[in-house]
Amino acid sequence: MSEPFEPKIVAFVCTYCTYAGADLAGTSRLKYAPNVRIVRLPCTGRISPMFILKALQKGADSVLVSGCHPGDCHFTAGNYHARRRWTVFRALLSFTGIPEERIRFSWISAAEGAKFAELINEITDDTRKLGPFTQYQELQKVIETQSTY
Amino acid sequence: MAKIGVFVCHCGENIASKVDTGNLVKALSDHPGVEICNEYKYFCSDPGQETVKRAIRENNLTGVVVAACSPRMHETTFRKACAEAGLNPYMLELANIREQCSWVHSDKDQATEKAIEITRSLVEKVKRNNELKPISVPVTRRALVIGGGIAGIQAALDIAGAGREVILVEREPSIGGHMSQLSETFPTLDCSQCILTPRMVEAIQHPNIKVLTYSEVEEVDGYIGNFKVKVRKKARYVDIDKCTGCGDCIQKCPVKKIPSEFECGLGNRTAIYTPFAQAVPNKPVIDKNRCTYFKNGKCKICQKTCQIENCIDFEMQDTYEEYEVGAIVVATGFQIQDTSVYGEYGYGKYKDVITGLSFERLASASGPTAGKILRPSDGKEPETVVFIQCAGSRDPSKGVKYCSKICCMYTAKHAMLYAHKHHGSNSKIFYMDIRAAGKGYDEFTRRAIEEDEAEYLRGRVSKVFEENGKLIVRGVDTLLGKPVEVAADMVVLATAIVPQPDAKEFAKRIGIGYDEYGFYNEAHLKLRPVETATAGIYLCGACQSPKDIPDSVAQASAAAAKVLGLFSREQLEREPVVAAVGESTCAGCWGCVYACPYNAIEQKEIRDRNGNLIKEVASVNPGLCQGCGTCVTFCRSNSIDLAGFTEKQIFAEVMAL
Repeated sequence: MSEPFEPKIVAFVCTYCTYAGADLAGTSRLKYAPNVRIVRLPCTGRISPMFILKALQKGADSVLVSGCHPGDCHFTAGNYHARRRWTVFRALLSFTGIPEERIRFSWISAAEGAKFAELINEITDDTRKLGPFTQYQELQKVIETQSTY
Repeated sequence: MAKIGVFVCHCGENIASKVDTGNLVKALSDHPGVEICNEYKYFCSDPGQETVKRAIRENNLTGVVVAACSPRMHETTFRKACAEAGLNPYMLELANIREQCSWVHSDKDQATEKAIEITRSLVEKVKRNNELKPISVPVTRRALVIGGGIAGIQAALDIAGAGREVILVEREPSIGGHMSQLSETFPTLDCSQCILTPRMVEAIQHPNIKVLTYSEVEEVDGYIGNFKVKVRKKARYVDIDKCTGCGDCIQKCPVKKIPSEFECGLGNRTAIYTPFAQAVPNKPVIDKNRCTYFKNGKCKICQKTCQIENCIDFEMQDTYEEYEVGAIVVATGFQIQDTSVYGEYGYGKYKDVITGLSFERLASASGPTAGKILRPSDGKEPETVVFIQCAGSRDPSKGVKYCSKICCMYTAKHAMLYAHKHHGSNSKIFYMDIRAAGKGYDEFTRRAIEEDEAEYLRGRVSKVFEENGKLIVRGVDTLLGKPVEVAADMVVLATAIVPQPDAKEFAKRIGIGYDEYGFYNEAHLKLRPVETATAGIYLCGACQSPKDIPDSVAQASAAAAKVLGLFSREQLEREPVVAAVGESTCAGCWGCVYACPYNAIEQKEIRDRNGNLIKEVASVNPGLCQGCGTCVTFCRSNSIDLAGFTEKQIFAEVMAL
């Protein structure tokens, strides 16, 4: 590889905890990797597996789902639904050959700006090691050229 | 055709120093659907907002993206500006290029690229926004206060005093809470009963307050302004409407040796009893587990003694009552930690090692010793009393991590009361720090030391053991750097304050959050300290964190003010971010019904004009829906969507990244 690969990370976060945590990282002026793009949702319960697929399709190299700590969900239980959904979905992706490491999950509260910054740095480094995520595009090419459906 | 206005804010230098705003404007100007793209130093300022408003009017914009700070900061500001310019306020998105971009990245090129992507993706989102209207819901102007301690009583009196109805629910047979057990109160040393009982009487006699004692809140349904609560009135076996409170039944009850909970086991009560002499209501209750009749089927002496027909009713059952209320104040209070985890202090092993609360009963004029401080073991006056502070608090290994806040003060008070009641007293206090922050508090602890000669020893106690009829307290004085041993006649433990044992279970039942210990979570520790994250439910007193009486009362009045603020309106406007079902595709699998944490989804029948049932579909009650969107992701046929965060909006947002 000639120049270092800059991964793209899409983070789906809930507005009450992780989005606020990311804001706190900002107000605390913590520096972290600029590779993340945040999509704000009311609750992690709103995060559909389809969003993750869309992000991978668009060229994300890693996806993060992050919300409130267990017991802290503003909507009581959305984060539990998200965790269950994410566990099953990640297993499914793994079955189709997408490495589990590309889909991350975390709890970050509105008070954990530093944890958010560290996590983004960590995911960026990990993704850099994994290399670009090209399987989706390759598959798409195959479908476009060979498929009969 | 979408006409989007994009407004790039410099936020002084905050954004402009790290993001090349010129490039950002250029990139966005070329984006399809963007009608106008401006930059300005401070869009949140008056002239800045005017620019946005003018642009909306002059260009007939259909949507606005402000690339500036976090929506948590200025979403409301710009929504208002949009509305003033005649654009639906929900046709606005804020692109967060400050907190989540310029403030966290140092490389200008990378930050600019990120800012462009963020803004672009929100332009794509806003193109798909729908005009939303706030939802109006009626407000039932009646409050439920859960817990009849000083916090609950204060909140109830304040709300009732403003002319609103209150239902005050207390699970014990009498209101009064822990404060009724106290002797004198710091820092003024006025007697607890003297200041509390008038308030208790005021509460039960208030025409706007309905007091339900020996009752528990079983279920809470509904939402802000429109709660439905189910209260279980436990069988008291005494009809409190008929009972005059003469007390004859109590006198005649043959079961006399039951350790009284109110007296911390230092005194006894009967099986039919009132918890204490000043109980409100002063009507007895039968302890089913101790009553001879309930145990053996014979006795009924109380019933025979009672002059009033059918007043004592052994057939009485629990009854349920339902109330509609608009707001709920949770004031469920605290418990003290079970100190037997500290084997080294000998609590439970030696009768004269007691808790601070037991000391309150000894010092109380209405207590088991009529206010004389006597040893529980032999009834003798103790010559030396050792007080151990932080017996559970600030001890992550066995106790709790937090400071229980009130123990420094009440220990100083105990030493003082002991000195006042027993001249030539000798009190020694083992402490870690003296935390006496509060009006008149430090002066109070100084008085205990200087006037009442309480001896403070800085250090921990390692062991309490009995030797020649004395309790030997072995500890360390860290200021002297020496081990110390004190021969005491009585040891008082400043036990930690902990949440009620069922606090977490109760929080789940009514739908509020709690912390790792079980104390209830406020919406914001500093700025919204009496609200919970659940709209319409408020907190006061020690159920939120350990608190003394002044703090509890202040918080109770604050909670009452919040309730009255809510009750000042007949209608309540709510954010229209709610889910809605597409009835044509809904298959009626009810997956959403199980997913919804608010029971906001109901089954609805669709009938043709002849009244024949065509199908059953899900239907979201917009008053109950809080807009989490869990149901949307659950829906197998993609029939539910969440206003403001629709599938279309999010997909477009992601695809533009």
